[in-house]
Amino acid sequence: MLLLVQYTLVFASVLLLVALGGCISEHSGVINLALEGIMVIGALGGALVMKFLPYTHGESSQFLMFICVLGAAVLFGVIYSTLLAFACINLKADQTIVGTALNMLGTALATVVVKSMNTAISPDDHSSEIKYIDAKKAFLTNVGDFELNWFMIVAVIMLVVAFVLLYKTKFGLRLRACGEHPQAAASVGISVFKMRWAGVLLSGLLGGLGGITYITVGVSTWKFENGVAGFGFLSLAVMIFGAWHPFKIAGAALLFGLFRALGNVYNGFDFLKALNIPSAVYNMLPYIVSLIVLAFTSKKSRAPKAEGIPYDKGMR
Amino acid sequence: MKEKKSLLRNGGFQTFTTSIVCIILGMIVGFLALLIIEPSGAWGAIVAVIKNFFSYPSAAFRLQYFGSTLAKTAPLIFCSLSVLFAYKVGLFNIGAAGQYCLGIALALYLAIIVQLPWYICLLAGIAAGAISGALCGILKAFFNVNVVISGIMLNWISLYGTNLLLKPAMDPSGKDTFRLVNKAKQALLPTLGLDKLFNKNQYVTIAIPLAIIAAVVIWIILDKTKLGYELKATGNNLNAAKYCGMKENRNIVLTMVIAGGLAAMGGALYYLSDFEQWNVNASAVPGMGFNGIAAAFLGGLNPIGSIFSSYFITHITVGGGNVDLSRYCAQIADFISSVIIYLCGFVLFFKTFMNKRLDKAEEKKIARARAAAEAENKEGGNA
Repeated sequence: MLLLVQYTLVFASVLLLVALGGCISEHSGVINLALEGIMVIGALGGALVMKFLPYTHGESSQFLMFICVLGAAVLFGVIYSTLLAFACINLKADQTIVGTALNMLGTALATVVVKSMNTAISPDDHSSEIKYIDAKKAFLTNVGDFELNWFMIVAVIMLVVAFVLLYKTKFGLRLRACGEHPQAAASVGISVFKMRWAGVLLSGLLGGLGGITYITVGVSTWKFENGVAGFGFLSLAVMIFGAWHPFKIAGAALLFGLFRALGNVYNGFDFLKALNIPSAVYNMLPYIVSLIVLAFTSKKSRAPKAEGIPYDKGMR
Repeated sequence: MKEKKSLLRNGGFQTFTTSIVCIILGMIVGFLALLIIEPSGAWGAIVAVIKNFFSYPSAAFRLQYFGSTLAKTAPLIFCSLSVLFAYKVGLFNIGAAGQYCLGIALALYLAIIVQLPWYICLLAGIAAGAISGALCGILKAFFNVNVVISGIMLNWISLYGTNLLLKPAMDPSGKDTFRLVNKAKQALLPTLGLDKLFNKNQYVTIAIPLAIIAAVVIWIILDKTKLGYELKATGNNLNAAKYCGMKENRNIVLTMVIAGGLAAMGGALYYLSDFEQWNVNASAVPGMGFNGIAAAFLGGLNPIGSIFSSYFITHITVGGGNVDLSRYCAQIADFISSVIIYLCGFVLFFKTFMNKRLDKAEEKKIARARAAAEAENKEGGNA
C-alpha cells in the first residue's frame, strides 16, 4: 500500500511538473506539443551528469549531485525549447508540426548521442542505455519505509511558484493577456514576442525537470530509444483536465499518477493479483482513463483564447 | 489580357523547391552531427546513407535491395496518405501510428491463429484501423477532444492491445510472431510475378502497386469529387461549411475513418508480406506512423508528392543501416528525417519570403520601366 502511495506521488510529480510547463506555455499563447521531446532531452542532460559526475555517499556530495542533475536537466530542457520558441514565435510556423518534429527529434537525438557515447567508450557497446544505479541514491531519502524522492519536493515548490507567478504578479497577468488577446496586450505596450518566449522557455525548464524525475522512478537505467512513453502527452491531458489552473492540475496529476502507479505495483495487492488481468491492461489504464476524462471535460474548455495562433501584428 | 506568371510564382514549384531545400539542410545538419561524433568517417557515412543499395557491388544484389526498399516504402505511403488526408480536413492524425498497429494486429491474428486467407486478414485489419479512427473522430466532433492528444492515447492503447492480441501467435524460439511462410502460407500476399522483376525478392508484393493506386485514388477524391470539396471546406472553416448545409460532424468522423483505414491498410499489407514480424514485447509504437507525418509534409501535402517523399525517407532510413556501425548508429537517419520535418514547419515562412522577394523585384522592374518611359517622353518633348 505504501509502495502504491510512493509511486503515485512520484508519477504525479512528473505529471505535475510537465503539465505546469504546458500550462504556462499555453497561457502565453503557444501550444507546447513538444513537451515529450523536451522531457527526453532534459532526462538526457540529467542522466549524463549522473553518469559522469563522481559520487561518494555523504551529505555534501549528495547535495552537489542533486543540484548538478537538476541544473543539467533544466539547462537542456530550456535550450531545447528555444527550437520551439524560435520556430513558432518568430517564424510563425505551425505549432503542431513543429511540436511533433521536436518530439521525434528529441528521441532520435538522445539515441544518437547516447549510442555514439557508448560506442566511443567501448566499441562493442551499441546500446542506447545509461546506467545510474549509485548516483540515483543521491536524491532518495528514506523516511521510515517511505522512499522520498527529492523531486517530489521540487514539484510542490514549483506548483506554488507557478501559481504565484501566474496569478499574483504583473508578469503573470501580462503573460496571460498574451494568450487571451495578444493584440490587446500589444496595444498597451506589452511585447507579445517576449512574453511568449518567456512562456515557452519556462515550459522547457519544467519539462526538463519532469523528464529527469521520470527516469528516476523505479529504474536505474534508461534506454533512450524508448523516449518517455507518451508522458508528455499524458501531461497535456492532465493540464486540460486541470482546466489550465495550477491547483486543479495538481489534483488531476494525483489521479493520473494513481492509475499509472497501479501498473507498477498491482502485483503487491492480493485481490488485484487474483483477478489475473494481463499486465498490458494495466499499462493501458492511464491512457484509457485519460481518454474518458477528456471526453467529459473538453466540451466546456477553458483554454486560453489565442493559443495556437501565431501572433501577427497586422491583425487587430 | 492574361499576364504571364513567372515559374517562381507557381505554388507547385515553390513547394517542390522548399522540399528540396529542407532535404539539403537536413542532410547538412546530419553531416555535422556525424562530424561531431567522429570526423574521419563522416563523409563515408553520409554517402552510405544517401547511396543505400547503390553501394552493393553486384547488379542483381542492387536490384534485390531496391525491391526491399520499395517494399518498405509501401506502408509509409499509406501512412503519409493517412496523415495528409486528415490534414486537408484540418485534423492532425498523429494516431496513424496506432492505427497502423491495429492493422497489423488484426491481420496477423486472423492469419496465424484463425488461419484465414490474406484478403480477409487485410480487410479486417483495415476495419480495425477505421474503427480506431472513427473513435478519434467522434471524440473530436461530439466531445471536442484535441485530436493530437486522443491520437497519442489511442497509440499507446493500440500498442498494448496489439501485444496482448498477438501473444498467442508468438514463436516460442524468440519474441516475435511466427513467420507466415512457416505457419500461415495462405495469408501471404500474392506477388503477381513482381518478385521476379527484383531478383526473386519475395517481399515485393502487390502492396507496392496498391500503394500507388491508393495515392491516385486519394488525389482524385480530394481534388475531383464533391466529397473531397466538402471535406476540405470543413477543414478550412467549420462554421462556413455548417452554414452551407454540410454535415460537419459527419465529415470529421468520415475523414478519420478513411485516414484510420489507410494507415491500418499499410500495416496489414506490410506484415502480410512477411517482411517483418511483430515483437510481442514491443515497448514503443513503430516509427512508421510518425515517419508518415514527415513524408506527408515533405511531399507538400500532395498525394502524388507523398509517393516520392515516402520513397526518399525510406531510402535514407534503410541507408542508415549501412553506416559503419562500429563508429556510428543507424538512428542517424531518423535524426535527419526529424530535422527535415522540423524544417518543413517553416514552409509557409519560406514561401512568404520568396513571394516578398519576387514582389520587390517586380516593383523595382516597374519603377525602372516607368523611369525609362518618363526619360523617353522628356527626350521626345525636347525634339
